[in-house]
Amino acid sequence: MSETVNGVVFVILAFASIGGAVGMLTTRNIIHAAFWLLEVMVAVGGLYLLLSAEFLAVVQILVYAGAISVLMLFAIMLTLRCREDSVCPVEISIGGGVLSAVFGTVMYVAVARYGDRIAEMPASVPDTAALGELLFTKWALPFEVASLVLLVALVGAVWWSREED
Amino acid sequence: MTEIGPSAFLGLAAVLFTLGLYGAVARRSAVMVLMSLELMAVAVNLNMVALSRFVTPGEMTGQFFAIFTMVVSAAEIGLGLALVLAIYRQTRSVELSAIDSLKG
Repeated sequence: MSETVNGVVFVILAFASIGGAVGMLTTRNIIHAAFWLLEVMVAVGGLYLLLSAEFLAVVQILVYAGAISVLMLFAIMLTLRCREDSVCPVEISIGGGVLSAVFGTVMYVAVARYGDRIAEMPASVPDTAALGELLFTKWALPFEVASLVLLVALVGAVWWSREED
Repeated sequence: MTEIGPSAFLGLAAVLFTLGLYGAVARRSAVMVLMSLELMAVAVNLNMVALSRFVTPGEMTGQFFAIFTMVVSAAEIGLGLALVLAIYRQTRSVELSAIDSLKG
């Protein structure tokens, strides 16, 4: 018993996410780049829905598309002295291009060789209620540690960004 | 309807990670570097959720790892942007080439 992913939806979402990433890297305006990143995050949320991870899709939209994009825009706008500061030429980095080309080739070879060893998609998928139950039983300790990490990061961010007097 | 296997998801995540890697190395603005790091984190998350769906759909291990990765990357981006603001207050710039006071 197996399921399939809707190919048309996958191609649309893949095109949206890769196009958004390319747009983020090629735009000259950093504010436009932040909005391209938001588009990538929403497209990846759609991919999570395709993978029947509904809770993660909602968290992705809330955390990445909601909170982190707003945080990015705040940081950009707080560090611009004038409107022209947001536009800067796209710099071409040979070293970065070579590094990512090598990495991409290695990844392509790895996926092409070993990607199809995984069997087809299993049909039985637990729902969000099962995920919540597991999160608060089996994964309760990591969950508490994660909340501690968030608390420390919050305090640290406030401490770092306060005005020196 | 074409068959979409795990390789399609893994390949898409690899493409996103490669683009993020290029951005993190090539761009000079610190905020752009942080955005590229987020792109890489999202690619890793996509990988884990896809593998969780195809390999262990019952235990959902990949989904839990993705949740904790999201927590860490949210903390990272908050601290990173606070650091960018603090550096901006010192040097009046967010260009990475302006942050060279430790250079020998």
